[in-house]
Amino acid sequence: MTELSRTHLDQLENQSIFIFREAYHAFKNIAMPWSMGKDSNVLIWLARKSFFGRVPLPVLHIDTTYEFPEMLEFREWATKYHNLNLIVKINTEARARGIGYETHDPVTVTHELKTVALQQVLAEYKWDALITGIRRDEDPTRAKERYFSPRNAQFEWDYKDQPPEFWGQFVTTTAKGEHVRVQPLLDWTEVDIWRYIQRENIPIPKMYFSRDGKRFRSLGCSSITHPIESTASTIDEIIAELEATKTTERAGRAQDQYERNAMQKLRAKGFL
Amino acid sequence: MIGKANVQRLTSNAQRPTSDIEPKLNVVFVGHVDHGKSTLIGRILHNTGSLPEGKIEEIKKACAAEGTEFEFAFLLDALLEEQKQNVTIDTTEISFRTARRRYAIIDAPGHKEFLKNMITGASRADAAILVIGADEGVREQSRRHAYLLSMLGIKQVVVVVNKMDLVDYSEKRFREIEQEYRKFLKELGLDARTFIPASAKDGENLARASMKMKWYCAANVLEALDLLEPQKGDIDLPLRFCVQDVYRFDGRRIIAGRIETGTLRVGDELIFSPANKSSIVATIERWNGPANGPAVAGDSIGITLSEQIFVERGYVASHQNETPIETNRFHADLFWIVREPLRVGHFYDLRLATQQVKCQIVSIEQVMDSSTLEIKSNPPSVAAATSGVAGGREQLERNEVGRLTIQTRGPLVIDNHDRIPNMGRFVIINNGQICGGGTIFGGVYTDRTVAKSKNIFWIEGKITARERALRTGHRGAVVWLTGLSGAGKSTIAQSLERDLFNHGMDTYVLDGDNIRHGLNSNLGFSPDDRVENIRRVSEVAKLMADAGTVVITAFISPYRMDRRRAREIALEGNAEFIEVFVDAPLEVCEARDPKNLYKKARAGEIREFTGIDAPYEAPDDPEIVVHTDKQTVDESVATILEQLLPRLRDYGADD
Repeated sequence: MTELSRTHLDQLENQSIFIFREAYHAFKNIAMPWSMGKDSNVLIWLARKSFFGRVPLPVLHIDTTYEFPEMLEFREWATKYHNLNLIVKINTEARARGIGYETHDPVTVTHELKTVALQQVLAEYKWDALITGIRRDEDPTRAKERYFSPRNAQFEWDYKDQPPEFWGQFVTTTAKGEHVRVQPLLDWTEVDIWRYIQRENIPIPKMYFSRDGKRFRSLGCSSITHPIESTASTIDEIIAELEATKTTERAGRAQDQYERNAMQKLRAKGFL
Repeated sequence: MIGKANVQRLTSNAQRPTSDIEPKLNVVFVGHVDHGKSTLIGRILHNTGSLPEGKIEEIKKACAAEGTEFEFAFLLDALLEEQKQNVTIDTTEISFRTARRRYAIIDAPGHKEFLKNMITGASRADAAILVIGADEGVREQSRRHAYLLSMLGIKQVVVVVNKMDLVDYSEKRFREIEQEYRKFLKELGLDARTFIPASAKDGENLARASMKMKWYCAANVLEALDLLEPQKGDIDLPLRFCVQDVYRFDGRRIIAGRIETGTLRVGDELIFSPANKSSIVATIERWNGPANGPAVAGDSIGITLSEQIFVERGYVASHQNETPIETNRFHADLFWIVREPLRVGHFYDLRLATQQVKCQIVSIEQVMDSSTLEIKSNPPSVAAATSGVAGGREQLERNEVGRLTIQTRGPLVIDNHDRIPNMGRFVIINNGQICGGGTIFGGVYTDRTVAKSKNIFWIEGKITARERALRTGHRGAVVWLTGLSGAGKSTIAQSLERDLFNHGMDTYVLDGDNIRHGLNSNLGFSPDDRVENIRRVSEVAKLMADAGTVVITAFISPYRMDRRRAREIALEGNAEFIEVFVDAPLEVCEARDPKNLYKKARAGEIREFTGIDAPYEAPDDPEIVVHTDKQTVDESVATILEQLLPRLRDYGADD
């Protein structure tokens, strides 16, 4: 290694920063959803890399009211730590109608409390772009994503007719009601994320690490997110575990398994 | 070609890579429909142990149940759940791993309609595998894809001549195809590393030498993959640092961008094109990273300069002896990928790195068939005949490649594609959509250090600003009034000018009328023209301020960006810049309506009128604010003078 050579992580970081800056320039009204999950925290970190320590755009937490208490604690702490302009959105209307995991299926609840909540807050703030932390390797439907991926006014993703994207040139215009999903982590893998968290020492919730023989590999609503059997209590151990596993990252997320193609359906309707 | 023995030693000695130390290699698989891409990919996944356990058995069972023969192509489909989800037309990505490293396969669809997806996928690739069916030989898409790969800048190509089982593993057939295709690739400037005769279906020459083709003794498919190298950031090419944005955080001004090629170090003297201004790199900025370490091709960084020159998005920094070309007319080869044809004479947006300009297609000299590389005959159209352009076509259809001349409205910083690929390629945008991509050739480099820059660089006159100030008793400055129409800018400007004049000062008002009727008489009111209007005003104001005059400008100047630019232009000429916010509520301004403009705007007779259907961005931190709804003209002028005069007189007279 010399000061002129670059690692795989350096290359991913540079590309993500490039995308962040393009998006920040192209869209006047832009926000960044933040789930407090590991990818989301890497996203915050890359924003600070892009803007020399600052996060100059609002950060949005869609609060389903089924959040783990530890995650909310982390939210409070990290908001101060990163000096975030945090917006918290709850679909109070759906909760008032009695939508909840106690009475409804997970696909319906996720749609109402996440996607619809996002639609509501988007209508309120009129953002024309959202920076999201999705990765190609997470799920087959995400493999087809673009770095700048337009969504129509109904929030639909037209994955069969996506714009071309090459030479670092992206779709940066939106029609009324449309917005663009900007996805700087598209090329990262789950292991890349962990190695980067380790290299940069990025704060993440403790729930990712093993306690009493269990840890969370992916974090969502408390009612439908289950820990996996694991003794991995350091990042090195987590990486070693991931390299040996053949189960998928989102296996602990009930809404994905609820029916065949659940992710495809949720995503076509605007889920992240 | 590298002998087989070497290859095997290379792989067998290699350690299994720890997953993320070495970057994965992106490989795009292209080829004519039904030449066996999916089968080849399925086979590679199988032979590298990349499939989930039980997957093959599962699919074999499913095939048996439906009475079809098992095919490796099904694996790919099953893996992606493509069959049940019907999402077969886009580029997809699957990974596998050999003894040497990780790979991501980019599967590009063969169908002609999906060219834009093929381009999207292939543009991310380090290398390409071109698949040709031995039975059908070189076909339309085999050639078209190779052509596009060459335009996209892919240099490493491996050709797999598949389905050798259908031609009895004939060496003669293989050599025919190799000879024909190698010649074609050479014309494109693509150097195929290896041609491999294979049968993906039977696994011949996939992971080990084929017993059925003993006449072939070079690398098999997996070995050929392991011999490819990641496409390198072009660190050895001349420096091109493309500015994405200029950030002002904590009072510091950081120029953010990406190094496209070359290397940049603290202390380097940079030339910024197109302005041709130079400055020295004071710091290289990275957050939580190696500050001030050298930056190389691919790095996203920030820099600060030792001298504050005006820089904005789109500027390109280079070293002094290796400057790019600055032009507004150039030649290019362009591929077109949308239904609506490209038309001569139409205006499009052109983007090259971070630059964006309006452009017009001057002429289409040639249209090439991208699969044969033959020049299509160009029957002269009526328009071409009457305009005297001989033989030129008037439009370029989808999937065609044209050789054209393009003219841009403003100066564009370019390189020839064969010299610096990243700066020699651009996209054409129409209605916000990317419609085509082009590569530039034939541009002429001039030695700008001699030809231009020395003469244009700001030369300090022999008479210093201080000398001028000593004689007049005040320094030159730009007093920039901004506010809504009807807020009172012109009235205040004239009154202020009179007062300053009475104080014995050299002063002058630049307003819309005296500028629009002369200097800017060729500008309209489009957003672009408004920006240019303000830019020219800023430059004139700077010159006059440098001559010692207190220049007062009275323009709505609704955009922060434009005023910020005016400030930087002034600072560049060492002129004081004082922003005065002439503030009055919209209702008040509309009630005054001295020129009946609000009425017209409300009636829809004027469009994009500030405050009605165009925004006004109030200053965040102006030097002076006056409230004309509460203050009289005299009071407003007094407020300004109170803060202005000390600044004008502070020129170091006592030093």
